[in-house]
Amino acid sequence: MNDTTANALHFQADHAHEHHHDADHKPAFFARWFMSTNHKDIGTLYLIFAIIAGIIGGTISGMMRMELAHPGIQYLNHWAGVVSPTDPAALHLWNVLITAHGLIMVFFMVMPAMIGGFGNWFVPIMIGAPDMAFPRMNNISFWLLIPAFSLLLGSTFVSGGTGNGAGTGWTVYAPLSTSGSAGPAVDMAILSLHLAGASSILGAINFITTIFNMRAPGMTLHKMPLFVWSVLVTAFLLLLALPVLAAAITMLLTDRNFGTTFYDAAGGGDPILYQHLFWFFGHPEVYIMILPGFGMISHIVSTFSKKPVFGYLGMAYAMVAIGVVGFVVWAHHMYTTGLSVDTKMYFTAATMVIAVPTGIKIFSWIATMWGGSLSFKTPMVWALGFIFMFTVGGVTGVVLSNGGIDNYMQDTYYVVAHFHYVLSLGAVFSLFAGFYYWFPKMSGKMYNELLGQLHFWIFFIGVNILFFPMHFLGLDGMPRRYPDYPDAYEKWNSVATHGYEIMAASMGIFFINLIWSLVAGKKASDNPWGEGATTLEWTLSSPPPYHQFETLPKID
Amino acid sequence: MKTLKTMMLAFALAATPALAQEAAPAAPAAAAPAAAAAATPAKPSFDYARPVATIGQPQPGSIGIQPQVTAIGQDAQWMHDAVLMPVITVISLFVLALLLWVIVRYRRVANPTPSKTSHHTVIEIIWTLVPVLILVVIAVPSIKLIAAQYSPPKADLTVKVIGHQWYWSYQYPDNGDFEVVSNILTEDQDKARGEPRLLGVDERMVVPAGKVIKIITTSDDVIHSFAVPAFWAKMDAVPGRLNETWFKVDRPGVYYGQCSELCGAKHAYMPIAVEVMEPARFATWVKSKGGTLAGGKPTASEAIEAPSALAPAVEPTATTPATPTPGIATPATTSQAATAQN
Repeated sequence: MNDTTANALHFQADHAHEHHHDADHKPAFFARWFMSTNHKDIGTLYLIFAIIAGIIGGTISGMMRMELAHPGIQYLNHWAGVVSPTDPAALHLWNVLITAHGLIMVFFMVMPAMIGGFGNWFVPIMIGAPDMAFPRMNNISFWLLIPAFSLLLGSTFVSGGTGNGAGTGWTVYAPLSTSGSAGPAVDMAILSLHLAGASSILGAINFITTIFNMRAPGMTLHKMPLFVWSVLVTAFLLLLALPVLAAAITMLLTDRNFGTTFYDAAGGGDPILYQHLFWFFGHPEVYIMILPGFGMISHIVSTFSKKPVFGYLGMAYAMVAIGVVGFVVWAHHMYTTGLSVDTKMYFTAATMVIAVPTGIKIFSWIATMWGGSLSFKTPMVWALGFIFMFTVGGVTGVVLSNGGIDNYMQDTYYVVAHFHYVLSLGAVFSLFAGFYYWFPKMSGKMYNELLGQLHFWIFFIGVNILFFPMHFLGLDGMPRRYPDYPDAYEKWNSVATHGYEIMAASMGIFFINLIWSLVAGKKASDNPWGEGATTLEWTLSSPPPYHQFETLPKID
Repeated sequence: MKTLKTMMLAFALAATPALAQEAAPAAPAAAAPAAAAAATPAKPSFDYARPVATIGQPQPGSIGIQPQVTAIGQDAQWMHDAVLMPVITVISLFVLALLLWVIVRYRRVANPTPSKTSHHTVIEIIWTLVPVLILVVIAVPSIKLIAAQYSPPKADLTVKVIGHQWYWSYQYPDNGDFEVVSNILTEDQDKARGEPRLLGVDERMVVPAGKVIKIITTSDDVIHSFAVPAFWAKMDAVPGRLNETWFKVDRPGVYYGQCSELCGAKHAYMPIAVEVMEPARFATWVKSKGGTLAGGKPTASEAIEAPSALAPAVEPTATTPATPTPGIATPATTSQAATAQN
């Protein structure tokens, strides 16, 4: 009943027929890439954008790890062009780096890659649709990101108070972001978030409409591939969460520029109101970053086990449950802000509940492999790495969910370790898994398996050396967002910096593999993964025709 | 009285913007308004304790929680070390073992023909209910811990902790409402005084041992967070709000913490140092700061000043219209203080 296998015979004949017409006719370069209405081209643009943003965000984290390798300020003053290591301009630069790293990785790397990139590429194909429901809106969703990213990068060249750039942290808490940051940098960063948010809202509307209205005949909701389910849930989270962020940061703008006092107690406002609004968006946001990854991992695990996904309905509704519960746990980010005792107890209990659907997903992936016939191609090793690393990040989340324990952990490196395990080792692992999995389909070329395996193993070792010691630093009390630290923290900080170096080396391998494969990769067959790959994209050519499914496939 | 004084401080800061920029090196200057108000000697003559390297501060290369010196901290540390850590370690190792097992047992060579199983209702119910049970087991001590943290015994001493960019000040309303301004030391001063780098301050927050200390936190600019890991205490200092927490430490000594909410450029340079001392020494310290002893009569000048201090507190902005950073306004909420009385 939940077999999502497409019967290729139903439509492949039609395709052979279509090829005589203009199914593969592509517009000229400028029209194709700058005025695109093609979901695959827009998906490619998103992926290129995400890779560029990832390089910038990753370089910033390298600068941070350089500075943190040893106690004292070694580099910040040189980068800021001042003499004294404790010059406020140098220290402000640190805050600009952490802010930029967070915002870039969240809004300009993970989200564009997951939803804009893979979502655009494969949601229409997986449901048997020729394109997205609103192709022109799809294009503006992408192009809104360009001014958004430009505003954020541009903000680093104008004053943000103590120095150039917005140094508020990605959370942009008032009143540091209002009365605490003079100059236009924070305004530019806020407008950047507005544009990125608008882009995502338009994208979410597009995905919801596409998935509800453009499924091929016979593809009921309960036959939809799990990646489509994951994007559907993500789109609803975006649609409900981002307007709240937009409202919150609009009030920041008016507090900054028009004399309102939404977040200023002296005028009857409340700084904590901002935190409630921000995290009402911010907590769903972390699921927005991971849910599409859940979907991808399900496909990859199933493909390389040659087995259908175990507990399909449980998997789909676990994601729905995570999405719903994700909206009622936000104040666990605010345990030390002075919540009342009842509030703290409620948010502790509600947060723990999320571990249940997440556990269902972990165990269902393992059950999918159980009894399967496993091959360990690059996408599969990334998926296996994802499952274990996400588990480690998940269980430290259970520790942090306890309001009484969080008193100690809040704003320490334990939190940094936790969210990098679920994002940098969770979401990013799933991105690499999906990239290797679909690279042959998207490019028509095979990647180099040896380089792919090397990339995985070196990256895996590097990020664990990088992030695992951060648990120790947090337990020993090291606060986040510090450019300098007491000497006792040196050991694990320098270990972490070595981990970054290893990770960076593996990224070199990734880019060599990427370029080599695009130039000289072996031609990919329609379905390089064999019988385990059952979703519709594997019934098309590699790369797919410029317009697919002009005659809709029928799903049994 | 204290409102008046913090307003004076805020006004002084506003009048000399450079002061806030150079709070750390200009320690005596920053202390000046408070010193003038409380009539403390400019140079403290008190004999402070030397810190002990093994307690109250981070341990080199440590992989665990700092030694706890409060009952709450010891309970919480027990819960982390004896409940949470074993549970999450076992779960992680269990998942790892399952993964390794399927990798070895069901690799293509060992199992060329995959099964087609895609449902098993019983096992799905099991892996839903077992995590629920584990979470219930965790939730019981967790809720108890929160309840204990919010049930302070009657306070023996109240200290009002005020965050500033970028230093802390401590007011002692029970002891004549004097204020101590606490700035970070330079590296050379740290060495001279035997303080750990980045953690030493010129004037510590001082509290008596074995007494219940009520902490009221607030801020006069952006949000800061008052944190002392060895006490398991962390409470945000939010402008316009009064947050309450508490601790009771029996062991005299020096305990360090650091600001734990991003508050601008020098966020990493406003450490917290709390010295817990025997009540008799505490009394001497209070006197050295020009304060009065707890339970003692307020001085005549205070009795007169106290009511008049309310007047400007109602409309602080009216008296200091040019102040960009408002003084400590009357608190909007005292959420925790209210619940703590239950």
